[in-house]
Amino acid sequence: MLKVDSIHTYYGNIRALDGISLEVREGEIITLIGANGAGKSTTLMSISGITKPRSGKILFEGKDITSLPPHEIVSLGICQVPEGRRIFPQLSVLENLDMGAYLRHDKEGIKADLDYVFELFPILSNRRHQSGGTLSGGEQQMLAISRAIMAKPRLLLLDEPSLGLAPLIVRQIFSIIERINAEHGTTIFLVEQNANMALKLAHRGYVLQNGVIVQTDTSEALLADNKIKEAYLGL
Amino acid sequence: MNKKYIRSSILSALWLILLTFPIMVIKINTTAATVRWRWGNLIYVGVGGFLFTLVWNFFLDRRNRGGFKAAGGERAESAANRMGGALGSLLGRILRGKTDAASAEKVSLKAIFAHKPVRFSSLGGLVLLAALFPFLVSFYQVGIVTSALMFVILGLGLNIVIGYGGLLHLGYAAFYAVGAYNYGLLYLHWGWPFWAALPLGAVSGVLFGLLIGIPVLRLRGDYLAIVTLAFGEIMRLLLENLTNLTKGPEGIAQIPRPGFFVELSLQNSARYLYFIAILMVVLTIFVIRRLEDSRIGRALEAMREDEIAAQAMGIDITRTKLITFALGALWAGFAGVVLAGKTTYINPGSFTLMESVMILVAVVLGGTGSIPGVCLGALLVTLIPEYFRALSDYRMLVFGAALVIMSIFRPQGIIPRIRKRYSVGEQL
Repeated sequence: MLKVDSIHTYYGNIRALDGISLEVREGEIITLIGANGAGKSTTLMSISGITKPRSGKILFEGKDITSLPPHEIVSLGICQVPEGRRIFPQLSVLENLDMGAYLRHDKEGIKADLDYVFELFPILSNRRHQSGGTLSGGEQQMLAISRAIMAKPRLLLLDEPSLGLAPLIVRQIFSIIERINAEHGTTIFLVEQNANMALKLAHRGYVLQNGVIVQTDTSEALLADNKIKEAYLGL
Repeated sequence: MNKKYIRSSILSALWLILLTFPIMVIKINTTAATVRWRWGNLIYVGVGGFLFTLVWNFFLDRRNRGGFKAAGGERAESAANRMGGALGSLLGRILRGKTDAASAEKVSLKAIFAHKPVRFSSLGGLVLLAALFPFLVSFYQVGIVTSALMFVILGLGLNIVIGYGGLLHLGYAAFYAVGAYNYGLLYLHWGWPFWAALPLGAVSGVLFGLLIGIPVLRLRGDYLAIVTLAFGEIMRLLLENLTNLTKGPEGIAQIPRPGFFVELSLQNSARYLYFIAILMVVLTIFVIRRLEDSRIGRALEAMREDEIAAQAMGIDITRTKLITFALGALWAGFAGVVLAGKTTYINPGSFTLMESVMILVAVVLGGTGSIPGVCLGALLVTLIPEYFRALSDYRMLVFGAALVIMSIFRPQGIIPRIRKRYSVGEQL
């Protein structure tokens, strides 16, 4: 479905990604784990077209999206939940969700998806008229995920959904992610520092280190790997 | 608590005395080469500084304890309701025929205006007042109010850029100049009439809006402010120096007033312009209200709130930013044409940085993003100096002080924006 072919991304002169290649197949949950500054978020930003790679290619369903502007990439069916949630604080919960459906025009479908996210996260329904900035961290993360679902993506990019949240909330959010994948067949690309939880959820994983993919395998194999255990799982 | 107040007040009074000593106490007579020591002034400065600090501290303290409604969009509504609280309880009592104070207290201003007879009669009253106004007062007054109304249009236009788009624009007067010179030049070189120049004023406003929009696409915050400021100055300098085209600082004179079916007297022509301005204000408010409710309007706000998130949601930032600048400039272009038709004379001196700043002050003072707020702000900024001509030397001082006080005690403006409770299912 998504094929990233040796992309190099720079911030000014600083190289963040040094030839990353990975593949995401339809319907699976993929995770990209790595330490701070390994380039995880940059990978997602490159896929979304917000930070363009300097070289390399990104193919989505065979189509080259490397140089497409972000909004066209969204319209193809790739939507990102950015790191740190980045909801629109002054817009209400409903308006935030409506911004997610910005490129859609099927009123019926939007309504149905709205009902769906309210079913996933009932708390958002209670807070629908509250402005986004007044929500708690966990609620904001739920809103950020819901907002992305409203775009009806086929590939959902999640950037550290566990960031700064209590373990209980993280578990709840991860189970919802699993549900979205199972119920809608939405392919999920999860970037996480919480390697343990991410690998338990995902089917396959990539390990990123200093802008280079150093290892890839099924989640079970990675979880069992001694090096991974030592470096990322703290076991 | 009181002791602390008094101590800090005494300290600031002493500091003020020290600070103003050279100008308030020493007076040198250069012709007689004598120095006069005005010790009496010391007392005024001291007492004034003491009282001012006391009052200032008192209000600051009250704000910090939550006596005032502080910032926060969520609370803006309740603040607005509270403003109308007294009126609300009174009207509520009359309307419902109840004497129960507790229930009447809950009636908000919004609820009163939801009551149809009230809404229609107040709206009708306003329309009647606006219609009769030019026939009740002198023609000089009509001219002043027309200028104020044009300022309202400018404020509303700038509000699109600053209030919704969150882009600080300090060269807005340039678009005003574009509109005015659009009519001036079309008349000067080809003899175009007002009504033909008016739509073109809007078009050229949009074009110049795009012109400034393209180079500043990547800028935000301070950088954007500086570039737009420079743009405003460049426009003015161009108008001043392209003497062949624009007649330079001399300006363009004897531009005809807007044409009517018959020849108008000076008085009637002023009234006519007043009505044109009123209609344009109504049109502006109508269009901006529609914009606010539209998806483009919310895209502007999303862009203001978080550019990256907006991009991630599929909002085309480039397009949205250009739309913001173009929509903002459109109204200034419109207003500029009316200005040229009203004053019959334009020169580059009318479109200085100060003009841009005054429009900005109107927006910030009234309430960024709030349509009634901006209207009120624009009226205040234009009418107060007009009716207090005697104090015109202190104009900037008063506006400066007003801005400082507002940003501390009521940062959301005089009439803060009330975010509409919009729901996807109902209105999409």
